[in-house]
Amino acid sequence: MVVFKKPKALTDAVMTYCPGCTHGIIHRLVAEAIDELDIMGDTIGVAPVGCSVMAYDFFNVDMVQAAHGRAPAVATGIKRADPSKIVFTYQGDGDLAAIGTAETVHSAARGENITIIFVNNAIYGMTGGQMAPTTLPGMVTQTSPYGRDVEKAGYPVKVCELLQNVDGAAYIERVSVNNIKNINAAKKAILKAFKYQTEGKGFSLVEVLSTCPTNWGVSPEKSLEWLGENMIPYFPLRCYKDKFAQEGDK
Amino acid sequence: MSEKVLMKGNEAIAEAAVMAGCRHYFGYPITPQTEIAAYMSKRMPQVDGVFLQAESEIAAINMVIGVSAAGKRAMTSSSSPGISLKSEGFSYLAGCDLPAFIVNVQRGGPGLGGIQPSQSDYWQATRASGHGDFRKIVLAPASVQEMVSLTFKGFDLADKYRMTVLLLSDGTIGQMMEPVSLEMGDVTKYDKPWAVTGTKGARKPNIVNSLFLLPEVLEQTNIERYERYKSIEKTEVMYEEYMMDDAELCVVAFGIAARVSKNAIKAAREKGIKAGMIRPITLWPFPKDALADAAHRVKAFVSAELSMGQMIDDVELAIRCKRPVILCSRAGGMIPTPENVLAALDEAGKIGG
Repeated sequence: MVVFKKPKALTDAVMTYCPGCTHGIIHRLVAEAIDELDIMGDTIGVAPVGCSVMAYDFFNVDMVQAAHGRAPAVATGIKRADPSKIVFTYQGDGDLAAIGTAETVHSAARGENITIIFVNNAIYGMTGGQMAPTTLPGMVTQTSPYGRDVEKAGYPVKVCELLQNVDGAAYIERVSVNNIKNINAAKKAILKAFKYQTEGKGFSLVEVLSTCPTNWGVSPEKSLEWLGENMIPYFPLRCYKDKFAQEGDK
Repeated sequence: MSEKVLMKGNEAIAEAAVMAGCRHYFGYPITPQTEIAAYMSKRMPQVDGVFLQAESEIAAINMVIGVSAAGKRAMTSSSSPGISLKSEGFSYLAGCDLPAFIVNVQRGGPGLGGIQPSQSDYWQATRASGHGDFRKIVLAPASVQEMVSLTFKGFDLADKYRMTVLLLSDGTIGQMMEPVSLEMGDVTKYDKPWAVTGTKGARKPNIVNSLFLLPEVLEQTNIERYERYKSIEKTEVMYEEYMMDDAELCVVAFGIAARVSKNAIKAAREKGIKAGMIRPITLWPFPKDALADAAHRVKAFVSAELSMGQMIDDVELAIRCKRPVILCSRAGGMIPTPENVLAALDEAGKIGG
């Protein structure tokens, strides 16, 4: 009996991510959700600009590659063209929380029945490690060589905390993939976000804290520890909003 | 003869879009085109369509990209400053080979400019409307009736060639009311096997994408696109000739400037000046051959524009500078008077004589 196999919703393409990067895990969790809900033939994904720009090669579904930050607007168009389709975006922190802030907030405000997978690794990875909207105070990057000085560069953007106050949002949760327990929780959250869409419950966003060993300048193993010690205290893991929470849900 | 209804230019665009099968409109308020959005907000629910007021012009064109990628007809409209914001979307539409119908009801610029009519987005429309090598088909209506017919045709051209068609109008024609016929005939349906409609497990995934990291491949996509452009330049050029049979001077003007020029040409003829006009209806593809041919027959040209002189570049290119071209220009929201055009014809007659 096969107890562990590649989800059908992933293609056979070799992923282009750096060794130790957790994009691969997050791709897998998204694909597992698509498999479990049996929606592969009706799902359309929107890829961002950034490290996951080539997500269109990895997901075994129809895909559109959007301009930087515009994925939620493109997803809005796809969903409005055919509301029976399941539409998701997969975006990084620069894409979603800097250049695409307006598209993010307003797709939530409209309660678009789409799912956003927001991968936060606190850095611009694809361009070689510049300060992101979610770079932690004091964190050294290529464009914050003395550490992020909040007096000059401002504070990190906490996306879930912002969106929990948007009436149109149905489900907002922050998860992480730095250990098995958190991966399991992330899987549940991503599955719920897709399930809500199939039930027409509206806008959902799952923020996934992710690593960038290459640009953080640490080993893959250390990057998981670094995430747990530095990112989780600043970006607490929890469900920020669930309009349809059942009694007994955390 | 078909029954005519009195319509405002902007509303005529909107109704023609509905007739062309467009059921998705995304807009953002900006003068002088807001009537399109207002009309669509009423009309779309009546035809089970989608009207969505976007958070920005950028979001609006990306929503158009989404609908178009999903294989359906979509449009957005704006005026000059808003069109600048859509430039990124124009480039992606081209890179992804997606059909789209976009309207620019021009106002004076640059910057916030003003809200009076202008044609000063000619370069933006026909040249630099985004990064990369690409073209848009640019249609220039000169009447409310043409707002209807060119909108209807524009949606067809967009699907036929998988590219953006821009209706380049101006605040005057957008705001004026004229009787129009809305009889447009049947909508041609195009197969869109490339669209993202869900694989249903029956085919390989479709990918709508403009990223090609291998330069050899990216170059090839550009070459293929330009082959298509070549065939468009051969088959889709539209223009009107007015009193050109015996003309010695040729006015070149589009949109509202062409209407003013007609009056000027009539006045010129009364004075014994043999003037005529070539009115480009497609600004790209530009009626190069018609102008080159006219250059053999006329002494001089007048380019009449609501700008500091933009189309004049295309006129001079088309005629290879064989004849003098006099610019008749008003800018910033001012409209040339027939007297302005007449003065330019007088000057052209002297130089060209």
